Amino acid sequence: MNEGSGDHCPLANDDQEVVKMAHGGGGRAMAQLLDSLFRPAFDNPWLERQHDGAVLDMAGAIAFTTDSYVVRPLFFPGSDIGAMAVHGTVNDIAMCGAEPQYLSAGFILEEGLPLAILRRVVGSMAAAARETGVRIVTGDLKVVERGKADGLYINTAGVGRVVAPHPIEPGQVKPGDRLLLSGDIGRHGIAVMAAREKLDLESAIESDCASIAPPVLALLNEGIAIRCLRDLTRGGLASALVEVAETAGLAAQIREADIPVREDVSAVCELLGLDPLHVANEGRFMAVVAPEDVDRAIDILRRHSVSEATVDIGLFLEGNAGLVTAQSLIGGSRVVDRLSGEQLPRIC
Amino acid sequence: MCLAVPGRVISIDGDDPLTRQGRVDFGGVVKSVNLAYVPEVQPDDYVLVHVGFAITVVDPREAERVFEYLEILEQ
Amino acid sequence: MKYRDEYRTPEAARAYADAIARITTRPWTLMEVCGGQTNAIMRFGIDQLLPQEISLIHGPGCPVCVTPIDYIDKALEIAGTPGVILCTFGDMLRVPGTHSDLAAARARGADVRVVYSPIEALAVARQHPGHDVVFFAVGFETTAPANAMAVYQAEREGLENFSVLVSQVLVPPAIRNLLERPGNRIQGFLAAGHVCAITGYEEYEPIARRHRVPIVVTGFEPLDILEGVYLCVRQLERGESSVENQYSRAVRRPGNKPAQQVMQAVFEVVPRQWRGMGEIPESGLGLSPAYRAFDAETRFGAVTGQDEGRGECSSGAVLRGEIRPDQCPAFGTRCTPEHPLGVTMVSEEGACAAYYRYRRQSGGPSHE
Repeated sequence: MNEGSGDHCPLANDDQEVVKMAHGGGGRAMAQLLDSLFRPAFDNPWLERQHDGAVLDMAGAIAFTTDSYVVRPLFFPGSDIGAMAVHGTVNDIAMCGAEPQYLSAGFILEEGLPLAILRRVVGSMAAAARETGVRIVTGDLKVVERGKADGLYINTAGVGRVVAPHPIEPGQVKPGDRLLLSGDIGRHGIAVMAAREKLDLESAIESDCASIAPPVLALLNEGIAIRCLRDLTRGGLASALVEVAETAGLAAQIREADIPVREDVSAVCELLGLDPLHVANEGRFMAVVAPEDVDRAIDILRRHSVSEATVDIGLFLEGNAGLVTAQSLIGGSRVVDRLSGEQLPRIC
Repeated sequence: MCLAVPGRVISIDGDDPLTRQGRVDFGGVVKSVNLAYVPEVQPDDYVLVHVGFAITVVDPREAERVFEYLEILEQ
Repeated sequence: MKYRDEYRTPEAARAYADAIARITTRPWTLMEVCGGQTNAIMRFGIDQLLPQEISLIHGPGCPVCVTPIDYIDKALEIAGTPGVILCTFGDMLRVPGTHSDLAAARARGADVRVVYSPIEALAVARQHPGHDVVFFAVGFETTAPANAMAVYQAEREGLENFSVLVSQVLVPPAIRNLLERPGNRIQGFLAAGHVCAITGYEEYEPIARRHRVPIVVTGFEPLDILEGVYLCVRQLERGESSVENQYSRAVRRPGNKPAQQVMQAVFEVVPRQWRGMGEIPESGLGLSPAYRAFDAETRFGAVTGQDEGRGECSSGAVLRGEIRPDQCPAFGTRCTPEHPLGVTMVSEEGACAAYYRYRRQSGGPSHE
């Protein structure tokens, strides 16, 4: 842990300190918080300039995305809200066929949040940014009254340089294109659920939260004709797949037996009556590629640890727009639908 | 109508038959389960669990029957 | 997972399907009573493996679906009372009452909490002595012992701020009711394995004898259901009508005695309204006199138990197995899981929801 700098500052002893309304007031307390906690952690020339925004020198097509993070608990097995806020946005940029470069970070802090927790989250964000090679170049801070936020919320926006030679989007998908899944599904959603005390589950399930930019950039560098990419966050594989098929005006078929789900994840899904196809991931994506590229694409993806278990799970075909069917484990077939409503534990 | 999931009893604690709890392993995830309704249960037995209660002990001998019967059918 | 994965293999499923085809000489109509089995049939496509002569119709075995609308309205009224925490299984959260559902009530500020077990609701009552904690106790015989245990423990502890809104129902009276309806087409039943794990199956023997229908106590995995169908068809083809136990790894003939004892102490058999089926005598459970102090209806007013049919929804006919969900004119157009006209489209186990989720022939609704 990086201890607070400057012993004259009231934040020096921050294991006892909490966020106060004054920290969001635009005055001295806020300046001290930025100086002692945020700027040293994110450490880059844009933040050092202490200006209202960052001036970036970028040429050509830019991918631009934003996402907000409101997870409870803030820390869960395998990751936390800070790392998630970086990886989630980096992954959305990568899904546009772009190389992630710069992020913004907006924080909404709840009065009474221990500064030690804030420091941990910010440290985790900084580490995730270093690891993925992006810079957090501008930000914002607000404080809301006690009880108005679950500790803290984070919003990140990000930009990146587009490297794909052609658009990567559902409209590019053609009948016969194949569907690659970058590994096992359901770990993130189940890890977060299991971390909520109420369910009283002891599990070794960790979130899959990670950057998926490296394997995607590798596919592009090797000239794979990627039609579409989608990260499988809220709503899981099923919702992403139905959405892409619907926009593409095609049907899709997948084989349930080929979709990897860890045994412990599958067991929690059984206990709570959830479908792993609907559970959220934070480090999984699907890639739609032309049939002639399948073998090469799988080889490239499997060279990266985050996608080392990539599998071919099915294909797109002419048919009713958005109709996704799965061949079941016993050879029957069923329609795969988006998640409807929220995921609730059920008894029947 | 009623989800019930098989899991292996790892350990049993509590003397009060009504609140006797067991730690039950479901494919690597462990959950505390009320064993009041399976007084005969032993560690390593499999139970079916519904809303936090073990409702029956799985009979391993009977569990094979589906497959034995299938062999007879296929002859 | 042991006792799950081995019952989901394509080879064994195919072998059972072939065996069923070999013995089937004419059309037969079977009902799987339990919504959990309906869900498995749809999710695994089990019906697609069966010969065309076999029709499966889906029974009323979904406690969420058969709970009268009055109970939902009462739960909403209780949840809206100041100082009340209403605990419920997740299944009930989106079931429509007359004007609203519990999810909407929660959004408007009611303290509605989803629990995994009734024992959790007890814990909430211990943690909040200044609140009235009400648990919405729905379920069939499988859930009744757990719900009974919560009441039993509350009484033992003298937990006065805990009560239950009981809408418990029993399966055999509903089976009898279906068989006694004019125009009944059901020739054989797959009985619900987890219900029978509690009750055993002695009570089904007189039904099989009297109505000359085979009843096969069946489990929930694909192989269980296929074997259940095989045993049921074999009896029909031979002109037999007895109770068989396919699910012998979990069900014994006398059932679970300790569970039955607690159930019988806390509950008594009462008449119940079933959504879509009307009142069925001796088909439900209510709190017995010794535990009536824990009855939410004593504290918050009685439920009349009436169930007004809702305009366009045919869920009654679906629950009675008279029509398939996709034969309802509103299915998939004016009635979807997001905008359900009736409860069979809301519940995970409802036949309409299962058809919508796993069987419709077009993509998702267009965004208009």
